[in-house]
Amino acid sequence: MKIAVCVKQVVTRDWPLRINDSHTWVDDRDASFEMNEPDAYALEEALRLKEQHGGEVVVCSAGPPRVNQVIREALARGADRAIHVEAESLASADGAMVAEALAAPMEEEQFDLVLTGLQSDDQGFAQTGVVLAEFLSIPHATIIMEVQVGAGRVRVKRELEGGWFQWVSMSTPALLTIQSGINQLRYATLKGIMAAKKKEVRLVEPPAELARRQEILMLSVPERTKEIRLFDGAPAEAAGKLVQALKDDARVI
Amino acid sequence: MILVIAEQRDGVLHQASWEAVVAAQRTTQAVQVLVAGSGVMSVAEDLATADIDSVLMIDHPLLEAYTPDGFIEAISQVVRSMSPDAVFLAHTYQSREFAPRLAARFQQTLVTDCVATKQVGDRLVFVRPMFQGKFVADVAPVALSPCFASFQIGAFRQDAVVRGSDSAAIYPQEVVIQDDMIRQEVEPPFQEAKQAVDLSQAERIVAVGRGIKSKDHIELVERLAAALGAEVAASRPICDSGWLPMDRQIGSSGQTVSPKLYLALGISGAIQHLVGMKGSRTIVAVNKDPDAPIFEVADFGIVGDLFEVVPAIISALSE
Repeated sequence: MKIAVCVKQVVTRDWPLRINDSHTWVDDRDASFEMNEPDAYALEEALRLKEQHGGEVVVCSAGPPRVNQVIREALARGADRAIHVEAESLASADGAMVAEALAAPMEEEQFDLVLTGLQSDDQGFAQTGVVLAEFLSIPHATIIMEVQVGAGRVRVKRELEGGWFQWVSMSTPALLTIQSGINQLRYATLKGIMAAKKKEVRLVEPPAELARRQEILMLSVPERTKEIRLFDGAPAEAAGKLVQALKDDARVI
Repeated sequence: MILVIAEQRDGVLHQASWEAVVAAQRTTQAVQVLVAGSGVMSVAEDLATADIDSVLMIDHPLLEAYTPDGFIEAISQVVRSMSPDAVFLAHTYQSREFAPRLAARFQQTLVTDCVATKQVGDRLVFVRPMFQGKFVADVAPVALSPCFASFQIGAFRQDAVVRGSDSAAIYPQEVVIQDDMIRQEVEPPFQEAKQAVDLSQAERIVAVGRGIKSKDHIELVERLAAALGAEVAASRPICDSGWLPMDRQIGSSGQTVSPKLYLALGISGAIQHLVGMKGSRTIVAVNKDPDAPIFEVADFGIVGDLFEVVPAIISALSE
């Protein structure tokens, strides 16, 4: 089975983000980056499916040259090769633009299964995978918690709201967006890291007419709508004041 | 005109659909509401009580069970014939599945998870969180119409819907769909084995997030919970990692709670978590990041290292 996994590189979760001077994106010049967490679960699921059913796992990513970091990480965890659609303009691209950038090289590959994370930790539009399925003209299902592969078909457990689930089947090729927590993640071994250096990363130019589908007019810090009482001082002092307030003011203990 | 796509299952309207109706009513545009399914007349009648121009109803046996292929095909036919300026939906699990692809059929993009709209010149601009709620962005589709937007659950109040003096007209819509257009085969929805822990009944909850760093530290949280007479709960990543069982999860994919006291330890406050706990009476946040979104919903807060603060709270409680 030939499986594609789309991964996105995002700013590290704990990075102290600042808004850039034009108020349209974050200033990520000195930031550290990591693999978008839901995509890491999609990668893990692809590796497990390959272990069960054989085949190959191809990592696909769209972004500037720095994206190579997460591609190498995915290769170190066990992916076989990679496709990198490379352009500076993809650094803060919306989901539909990313999907369009990935579509042409991915279509050539004729994958049986395409996996993506359900959303990104930065923009969080939750649509790159779904739109990619439209570009590839293949069926899709989202927020998947289990994948069963049969001959020419997949049966997947889709998470619904409020603790409900549903099994959905479709023929392959198909695209699935993977929910975090579907599996337990593995980490790269030293052997994997060494092996990754020899694996193929194919650089591809994005289509010439590629353009943004939505623009960020202004990025700002949300206004606080609720009054908050912050307790400062050393931990013992702050904790003492908090416990007092919970007893005397909130009366909840 | 704004076309709101309502959501129903087995003839029951998803309550968040009303919130999308409110979002549309708050603009200066005329509003129509579309509902698709099989046997959805009563849902259409319910929607017709709102102060809107009309309800459009797609009633088709192939839409009895929701499938992305079936719904995208049917709804895109109506969107094409009505040519709305904008299409609004609630940001539910279902709309997340089909609406981005629906928008792509119109060479458009869906602006998801919006919390407000603004009219800027002739452009409808959408306000939405980014970077896990740390920032908020004004976003606009590049192409003008139809633009597609989905609204975060709870961003508008359902009871703010303006009702009409008369029922709005209901117009059945003819669509052409065939069996072979629908590639997904769906089985009936089910719930996992009944949840062992019902956190909705807890008076006090101590919830833990990524800041706890390791499974070994969960014990610290349990000690605080014991000192407060509270239940232990967690944000999704903690349950994903297997550090606490899934039935301790609070948020959009877990339980919704509103205890007297909710103490959030090392939880940044992504919206998926906030929707499950923001109704709590008193919210306390302990986080080392002063910009963490959890502080926006908290009544009391301590900016600091939970490994220092939590033992200090435990000892303050014993005094």
